[in-house]
Amino acid sequence: METESNTGALSVADFLDAAKHKEKTKRWQFDPFTTPESIFRAILYGSALCMVLLLSGILLTLIIESFPSIKAFGLRFITSTTWDPVTGEFGALPFLVGTLITSFMALVLSLPFSLSLSIYLGEYAAEDVLSSMLRSAVELLAGIPSVIYGFWGLFIMVPVVRYIEIKLGVTPYGVGMLTSSLILAIMIIPYSASLGREVIRLVPTELKEAAYSLGATRFEVIRRVILPYVVSGITAGNILALGRAIGETMAVTMVIGNSNVIPRSIFAPANTMASVIANEFTEATSTLYLSSLVEIGLLLFMVTLVINIIGKKIIKKMSVQV
Amino acid sequence: MQQDGFRFRLYKDHLFKIAVILFSFSSVLPLLFILFHIFKNGISVINWQFLTNLPKPVGDTGGGISNAIVGTGMLLSVSCVLAIPLGICAGIYLSEHKEGRLSYLVRLSVEILQGIPSIVIGIIAYVWIVMPLRTFSAVSGGIALAIMMLPVIVRSAEETLKLIPDSLKEASLSLGVPYYKTILKVVLPAGLSGVVSGIILSIARVAGETAPLLFTAFGNPFMNLNLLKPVNSLPLLVFNYAASPYPEWHSLAWGASLVLGVFVLLLNAFSKVMIRKWKVRF
Repeated sequence: METESNTGALSVADFLDAAKHKEKTKRWQFDPFTTPESIFRAILYGSALCMVLLLSGILLTLIIESFPSIKAFGLRFITSTTWDPVTGEFGALPFLVGTLITSFMALVLSLPFSLSLSIYLGEYAAEDVLSSMLRSAVELLAGIPSVIYGFWGLFIMVPVVRYIEIKLGVTPYGVGMLTSSLILAIMIIPYSASLGREVIRLVPTELKEAAYSLGATRFEVIRRVILPYVVSGITAGNILALGRAIGETMAVTMVIGNSNVIPRSIFAPANTMASVIANEFTEATSTLYLSSLVEIGLLLFMVTLVINIIGKKIIKKMSVQV
Repeated sequence: MQQDGFRFRLYKDHLFKIAVILFSFSSVLPLLFILFHIFKNGISVINWQFLTNLPKPVGDTGGGISNAIVGTGMLLSVSCVLAIPLGICAGIYLSEHKEGRLSYLVRLSVEILQGIPSIVIGIIAYVWIVMPLRTFSAVSGGIALAIMMLPVIVRSAEETLKLIPDSLKEASLSLGVPYYKTILKVVLPAGLSGVVSGIILSIARVAGETAPLLFTAFGNPFMNLNLLKPVNSLPLLVFNYAASPYPEWHSLAWGASLVLGVFVLLLNAFSKVMIRKWKVRF
């Protein structure tokens, strides 16, 4: 599509580019920084380069700063369960476990809602007032700052969960992994729902009409035609939402209860990688303590990076297909 | 028998539709609850004193959040000053160089930057700015927010400027206008609405951020206008006061979250309207 529209203008653009290039190299030889032209080009080039430098700087800083802890603990850092600033023994396994459980629980909890939203907005809803209101509401949900989710969770959700815990007869903390997962689930619904809606709308009408003409009900069309067609797109949306949940800090920090041991039930207080950094970073007095926290940040960076790359890869593959 | 099977299929169809609608609309319930609670608890504390006074010590009534409002303004100004020119320039570079090794690298970097968890950005700003200066400061917080704004600005600038047709640029160049003037006076103004709505969206994204400010701007119970000293901000105030055991501070936090929530949602809505109304069309 894009190449087609470009071929017409290609010769002119090529000619211009060549002319500019020639002009630039000619000036560059004797007059590198005095013409506005070359200064402008240098600024553009520099700003673009800045992005690459910024990312490499971030990665390098994380690695250099976490070096003391990498040297001290090695692989033990992610297998040890002791996190004790007093004795200087740091193992991040409780936080890895906490992060994994809360984010996956949030994903599972959000799945029926986000899937329904994608199906409703992508397939059922006509372009009427009600569905556009629903869409704006979902967009609003994505815009609320996470600290407000946390604050609301702390004052409204925690008492509710505590009530449920009393009814169930488990220790009524109120705060804990279940509460954080509930909040996270609410927070990630918009992300997977919006991508799901997009891909469902991309399903070719011919496919759906073919199924209808064979006498299929709408449910059967959705189940046998639409969902198989969009399964990878929906997966990508959920993977990206998982990345969000793993990196989310404030809302989780406020309701997870901050306990540095491996949680024994989903009601127990715990800590995620992000929340332990938020809680303890300013208290870290020794170099080793600080560098252990930075290493957790490095791990968090890596995990979200891998998840985002996988999600984006799937989306790119999808858009090539369609 | 056949009749029964048909009825069963229709029945399943109806059931599914009802379930989908039920789940869809119930996922908006949390939004209504959150807005309801924030308005209910926040509106009663908000008055002129609330917006102009400093927080009072525990026990005194009638404290305000003026320092947090000013602090948020300072942090956002610092981050805008840093991120907007840099972001737009990088966006222009990408739209002008659609292919090439640097463009590929820049696109990849921007994509990765966008996915970095905000708390990690906080660590970076701490190591880069707070450690050398040996003090928490507004500048470090502003830089952390700027790093978070950059990807949004770059991408929106690139996406918008890509839509400007080559013929416009060529017309300007053929009249003998230098390249830099063509970009600044023809291409950029033509795509201005898209660039500006991207900037507003990026401000909305960072205005509610707390995690990168925890150990950069740090928070401050007093009014501070010095960029090199710690400042308070609305999200930090909500976080700190929500965790406190005092009801007076809780009501301050409710009021602050109402102000913050309305501010962020308005920015979001404004940029959405802008994208729809002043869409770049050629």
